[in-house]
Amino acid sequence: MPGEAAATSVPALEMRGITKRYPGVVANDHINLDVRRGEIHALLGENGAGKTTLMNVLYGLARPNEGQILLDGKPVTIAGPSDAIDRGISMVHQHFMLVPVLSVAENVVLGSETMANRLFLDRGEANKRIAALAKRFGFALDPEMKVGSLSVGQQQRVEILKALYRDAQILVLDEPTAVLTPQETDEIFALLRKLAADGRSIVFISHKLYEVLAVADRITVIRRGRVIGERKPSETTEAELAELMVGREVELTVDRGVSHAGAPMLQVEGLHVADDRRQEVVPGATLQIRAGEILGIAGVAGNGQDELVEALIGLRRPSAGKVTLDGREVTGFSPRAMNEAGVGYVPGDRQRFGLILAFPLYDNLVLTSYYRPPFAHGFLREDAAVLESADEQVERFDIRVPSSTVATATLSGGNQQKVVVAREFDRPLKLLVLDQPTRGLDVGSIEFIHRQIIAKRDAGTAVLLVSAELDEVMEISDRIAVMFRGRIVAELDGRTADKSQVGLLMATGGDKATAEEATA
Amino acid sequence: MSATAPTARSRLSAPAWLRKLWLLLAESVVAILLALVVGGIGIAAFSGLLPNHSSFDLGLPIAAYGALWSGAVGSTNGITSTLVYSTPLILAGLGVGLGFKAGLFNIGGRGQFLMGTVGAMSVVTLIGSSTPGYITIPLALIVGAALGGFAGFIPGVLKATSGAHEVVTTIMLNYILVFTTYWAISGPLRLPNSPQPITVDVTTRNGALPIVLGRDGHIGILFALLAVPLVWFLLYRTTLGFELRTAGANSDAARYAGMKTRQLIVLAMTLAGALCGLAGATTLLGVVHQIAPGYDTTIGFDAITVALLGRSNPVGIMLSGLLLGGMRAGAQSMQISPGVPAELVDALQAIILLFLLVNVLRRWRARRAPGGSASASADSTEIAPAFGMVAK
Repeated sequence: MPGEAAATSVPALEMRGITKRYPGVVANDHINLDVRRGEIHALLGENGAGKTTLMNVLYGLARPNEGQILLDGKPVTIAGPSDAIDRGISMVHQHFMLVPVLSVAENVVLGSETMANRLFLDRGEANKRIAALAKRFGFALDPEMKVGSLSVGQQQRVEILKALYRDAQILVLDEPTAVLTPQETDEIFALLRKLAADGRSIVFISHKLYEVLAVADRITVIRRGRVIGERKPSETTEAELAELMVGREVELTVDRGVSHAGAPMLQVEGLHVADDRRQEVVPGATLQIRAGEILGIAGVAGNGQDELVEALIGLRRPSAGKVTLDGREVTGFSPRAMNEAGVGYVPGDRQRFGLILAFPLYDNLVLTSYYRPPFAHGFLREDAAVLESADEQVERFDIRVPSSTVATATLSGGNQQKVVVAREFDRPLKLLVLDQPTRGLDVGSIEFIHRQIIAKRDAGTAVLLVSAELDEVMEISDRIAVMFRGRIVAELDGRTADKSQVGLLMATGGDKATAEEATA
Repeated sequence: MSATAPTARSRLSAPAWLRKLWLLLAESVVAILLALVVGGIGIAAFSGLLPNHSSFDLGLPIAAYGALWSGAVGSTNGITSTLVYSTPLILAGLGVGLGFKAGLFNIGGRGQFLMGTVGAMSVVTLIGSSTPGYITIPLALIVGAALGGFAGFIPGVLKATSGAHEVVTTIMLNYILVFTTYWAISGPLRLPNSPQPITVDVTTRNGALPIVLGRDGHIGILFALLAVPLVWFLLYRTTLGFELRTAGANSDAARYAGMKTRQLIVLAMTLAGALCGLAGATTLLGVVHQIAPGYDTTIGFDAITVALLGRSNPVGIMLSGLLLGGMRAGAQSMQISPGVPAELVDALQAIILLFLLVNVLRRWRARRAPGGSASASADSTEIAPAFGMVAK
């Protein structure tokens, strides 16, 4: 190839002065980016900083208003994804573009099928190439498996395999670790390094600081559509990157302060909860949270946390056991009764359970209180009171919107979560149930929400924090309870707990669970 | 925007509200215009089939639409006729639109309309001819709406308790209710000693709706026009309306927020059925006066077009109901004068629906806008959920 001789000096990809304007916003403002051959280049920035727009420009999904794209030093125009693929650019989206009912091999060849003749696919040839690729890069994938039966991490590898099958020289991964477990993350990093060593260029989009430091050769930081700086991992720190990204100094770990725990606020005794298939997934959970205390529940997803949470907020009726809130039994209360008893709740999937995206902001802020004065008198809604309260909350919770009348769908993830937080936190609470309250948020929003949680605790609320991100549980919990197969198998002090110890308890359930199983 | 400090209330005031309605209905207007163009080409292409016309008469579409227009609004009789045709379209359109807002696709308008007819007829049949109209008529309308509501209640309960999809259950129920109507007129509601299964004529029992406009403009027109602000008020000013819209937009979030989504499903279907039932009752007492053998209606399905065209918004539904009603009213004069068959109106209605479903305007905007896909998805979240439901 003619390009190879110049490869050492000419970047594989260069984007010059890319500007992309949308009505009212400049998503990319004269962005320069160069990616060398064999390099892992991280694109770091908060949600909404313009990372994805830039990559959409590269992939031909958006046409830039200004700027130039050069591949191996030659200016190119990329008209659409197929054009990008032809030029050796592939993209692995955050949400996979796979057909679940087709096999791995079928998904990989989809769109670039090798035909045996005009009617039939040449499966043999395709399988041979896939097997060769998988062997070369150490994929453990059975080409005959249906994609729907694969784990998320494996599906991601199918996406990468797809890119390699098309001989991608530039591979763009948009937040590839957002859906992965820590172990899968390590695996994908190892794979990316292998691909880079093979001479391919990788653009790694992320807002997770430790990840870009761990895997990237170079880091470009973008803020509000502009390149703010470029760093090498060896010459920078998480704190510096965070500051570049957010534009101010950020506390990566909010000081949780001292908990002045009072009387027991929430008492759960021998709670049995069944899931939708009537399997008893919480076979007798017992826990207690005191006023002014954050209890973090650590556990691998699917160990009964969801059902426990649903039982506590009234969505799921426990089959046995007792829930007491501030001395009053609330077992089996409806969601509204729980809400009125002083329980606030931040769901894990805010777009599905916490918000009506099509509704304006102000309606979402009263989703649980719309029927009460001052927001309604009798059956009549009081728009003036709703709007007034919304404006006030937008101000106080720093929700960045032009007006509280905009549709909630137009907000960034961080601002959407602030809407949920404003709604649930902004009243006296006895219990606050948080399910992954910072999932998918950028560091600035995480800091803000953690501060709000701690402020709520200091006001005397009992806080139950459930999160699949062990780091989050470790960071702000006063006490940590490890949940394994529906039982609380261990309780530790949040300040002294050791991450690897908690991880082990999460994975095995510890001695207690092992002993119980032995006797069972 | 304006220099004056906007108070909380003024942000929802008339101009903004009107602009919102336009934004909502712009796509419908485009669909109507495109349908007129396609219909016009159709008329021109087949003009050779009419006497005294060349094989491709470009003047004919203009003449046909002109006749349609003047037939619908060109005279007092035309306007009256437009309003009479529009009445059931608006009432049933509100019923279907209310369902859309609550996330339900009510295809049972036909059966609910017929139950409204049977309900009203039962009252007129049972009540003596000595009872004055001011008792008979309100009672007949109420029972008609109630029976229509019951026809909506059944699929509502089925959905709330077992998850049975309302599209399937309402279609099935339509068959049952069509035959229930036939049974009613050949059995309990049959005019004694009549040679064929037919009911009493309501005019002989003080059951006919009073005429308030022109030759046949019955008072039901006012009910339809009154129902528009009432449904709007229910949806946008009451807590119940908020619950219905919330459950329609995201039933999971509604449940998490403490709303009783199952009850809301039943209630929405019942209200939708009652509105369709009222359409049936007013049609009986105001227009047809008698249930004859084979009595049936297309209102249930036309109402789906009306609701989609009006974007499930009560004001939009009123406008689209008037439009389709006007087309029906003008169809006869179009057939008489330039001789274009009245069935053209059915074709136009179908073409409008097709253009609505392919979202011409949004596609065009999406292609023009920079980064089309992003802006298109933002648009689609604020329009009526009805479209999403059709797409599903």
